[in-house]
Amino acid sequence: MSMADQVGNQPVFRLSMLLYDSRYRSMTIQTITLILFMLGVGWLLSNAASNLAALGKPLGFGFLSQPAGYDINQKLIEYDNQMSHGRAALVGILNTLLVAVLGCITATIIGVSVGVLRLSNNWVIAKLMTVYIEIFRNVPVLLWIVLANAVLIENLPKISTFRGTDPESSLILWGSVAPTNAGIFTPSPIFGEGSNVVWIVFLLSLVAMWFFGRWSKARQEKTGQVLPNFWIKLGLFFIPALAAFYVMGRPITLEYPVMERFRFGGGYVIRMSLISLWLALSLYTAAFIAEAVRAGIQAVSKGQTEAAFALGLQPGRTMSLVVLPQALRVIIPPLISQYLNLTKNTSLAAAVGYMDITGTLGGITLNQTGREMESLIVLMACYLSISITVSILMNWYNEKIKMRER
Amino acid sequence: MSDISYVRTEMLGEKPAPAGQTGALKWARENLFSSVWSSLLTLLALFFVYQFLSFVLPWMFQSSWTASSLRECREAIAHTYGEGTEGACWAVINERYNQLLFGFYPKELYWRPILAFILLGAALGPVLFEKLPRKMLIFTALYPGLMFWLVWGGSVWFPISVYLGFAIAYFASALLPAAIGALGAIIAAMVLPVIWWLLLAGPFAEVLQNIIPMGIETVSSDQLGGFTLSVLIGIVGISLSLPIGILLALGRQSSLFVVKTICVGFIEFIRGVPLITLLFVASTLLNYFMPPGTSFDLVLRVMIMVTLFASAYMAEVIRGGLAAIPTGQYEAADALGLDFWKATRLIIMPQALKISIPNIVSNFIGLFKDTTLVSIIGLLDPIGLTNSIRANQEWNGIVWELYGFVALLFFIVCFSMSRYSMYLERKLKTGH
Repeated sequence: MSMADQVGNQPVFRLSMLLYDSRYRSMTIQTITLILFMLGVGWLLSNAASNLAALGKPLGFGFLSQPAGYDINQKLIEYDNQMSHGRAALVGILNTLLVAVLGCITATIIGVSVGVLRLSNNWVIAKLMTVYIEIFRNVPVLLWIVLANAVLIENLPKISTFRGTDPESSLILWGSVAPTNAGIFTPSPIFGEGSNVVWIVFLLSLVAMWFFGRWSKARQEKTGQVLPNFWIKLGLFFIPALAAFYVMGRPITLEYPVMERFRFGGGYVIRMSLISLWLALSLYTAAFIAEAVRAGIQAVSKGQTEAAFALGLQPGRTMSLVVLPQALRVIIPPLISQYLNLTKNTSLAAAVGYMDITGTLGGITLNQTGREMESLIVLMACYLSISITVSILMNWYNEKIKMRER
Repeated sequence: MSDISYVRTEMLGEKPAPAGQTGALKWARENLFSSVWSSLLTLLALFFVYQFLSFVLPWMFQSSWTASSLRECREAIAHTYGEGTEGACWAVINERYNQLLFGFYPKELYWRPILAFILLGAALGPVLFEKLPRKMLIFTALYPGLMFWLVWGGSVWFPISVYLGFAIAYFASALLPAAIGALGAIIAAMVLPVIWWLLLAGPFAEVLQNIIPMGIETVSSDQLGGFTLSVLIGIVGISLSLPIGILLALGRQSSLFVVKTICVGFIEFIRGVPLITLLFVASTLLNYFMPPGTSFDLVLRVMIMVTLFASAYMAEVIRGGLAAIPTGQYEAADALGLDFWKATRLIIMPQALKISIPNIVSNFIGLFKDTTLVSIIGLLDPIGLTNSIRANQEWNGIVWELYGFVALLFFIVCFSMSRYSMYLERKLKTGH
């Protein structure tokens, strides 16, 4: 090494060391990446800024407080067309969550049943379930949604057939529910005076159920005796609330849908778009959940079942006390990701005209105001916050049920 | 000594097992009627299947194949099979299957997408099946350009000049190290092709086209549609999402903070929003991010978005595969003196990809199914076309025939993909 390269014992820093010396290399790569990334983002943003300026649409979210001017036929909160775009978006979010929650519940019920039945010893049943799963998994969900919508609309009676003195169609379930191709008209509850008492009693009985569960478990651990927990809880669920209902003189009544001149008045209507979306998403997601459940159950080794039998547990209790708790650990993560998929798939509501957040904010609001950039930013932020919330909950749950190994 | 023995002296011949313990009867007893509950379920299921088939089979076969409207169809069925018979109206498929398959592609040019898909088989062959000669991979590499040229048409010089960019990259990395050093050559191999593609490729192709005109009729993107469009978007998404996904997964595992943050941010953002919002971005917003005055094709924009979407999911699948590889493998690769890229290419990735095959393929299937979403932003894929056919006065009210046909198309492709992944899993299983 020549003297020029060395000052005392310190090697002189040379430019090539930035790349070939492992002390500096990662910094070099990161700096270059960061610069390129910033340049790329900056380029995109400056393009967007100049394009928006050329169109005379400076970025701003003021349009959200302007009157929306369009109607939404399926809504959970007060809304009319004089209210703001922001309010319409809120109605949309609630509609998204409504169909997502309904879909998750039914998809879980169908999926778990199908998954368990697919492992059944019964050949016919197992094969039927396989056919169901393969058919639903291999055809696009959008097709199921539009198909469900088309089938329901073509096959249910028109509202006009309920009209007249001798109508073609009549209400089912003792004259309370009218299935039409525009939607299902159902009775709506009317909460009269004293209904608050019933609600409070009902909530108290839920609390009582929880305390009873704890007490019964503690008792079982102390004495080994098992109470008929299910029946007692069922009783606690219904009896106090029903008693309060009659004691208060039936404060909650039902308002039935009644055929007026051209349409149904009274009651509540569940639009066909919601029903077909709900149905299709449930059936589609259930096929995936069924596969997750099957994989989870198969992941529990057979030795566990045999050991449980050796301890003298009956098949039912073996399933609920030994196999399922272990299978759940495998089932839960894919199950949650299916829930997330279902929630994201609710955005296909546009295909059947259900007014979810994509239909309101990303559809009519976007087209009316011409604010593509802002609408899509808010829209994506909504979905992102739903996804992130669910992911955080899922990580927390995973941490909680993680196998404690020593 | 008497010859009276208490024990039988000769063996009895073997007897067949009791009738209830062999063959079909035993099978039925074990699999169909093992208990009262099971028997009930069996009978119920069989009854259900019988009911279903006794309705669907007559419906399928007591049908009409030639009619020009739904009303005519129903009249023809009533005429042939008697009043009140419900039959399928396959005439709609008969009339529109060209459209459902090819969209509004010019009729006399159907041979081009057909040829492209046949050649796709030849290009995929060596990738899917190891037994085929490795030389065929050259054709696989050339296929994307060929497919582009066959489907969209135009001058043959355009894809050729795009491929020349790769040739430039190859020569730069092969010949330049002697002249300007290894580092310079790597940078040159990355920069030169980009300069070529951005600035020179277009004019070069035009000049050559003027000198030696070679081309076929151009077909614009808005004529693309039907199942062809789904398959095109699917192929582009599938073939690009795997490499991008691998890079993103490596980036996410990287110890470089900046790289890791960018990759995690990208993956989580894309996975957090539904594809349809990204397609809205493609249809309404993407042009805003380009220099003023540029406008590029909607189909191309959609392909970009679908690819980005699929890559984020692919990255997560591959990350799962990477996570399943024992640390010992990384350490062994280090001990052998392999650098990061060599270790990744030779030791880590082959194992990670093998582990993730089922998930990769189910991702592909998901991507292919998701191509139907383009109908919501107005492209005419099979579902977009069914909407317009059903809105048509002649076919208003048709449901099962049309959707059944489209569903069958998707089912065939997706189902064969999932079966192929099972085959691959079995083939690559080297464990015990």
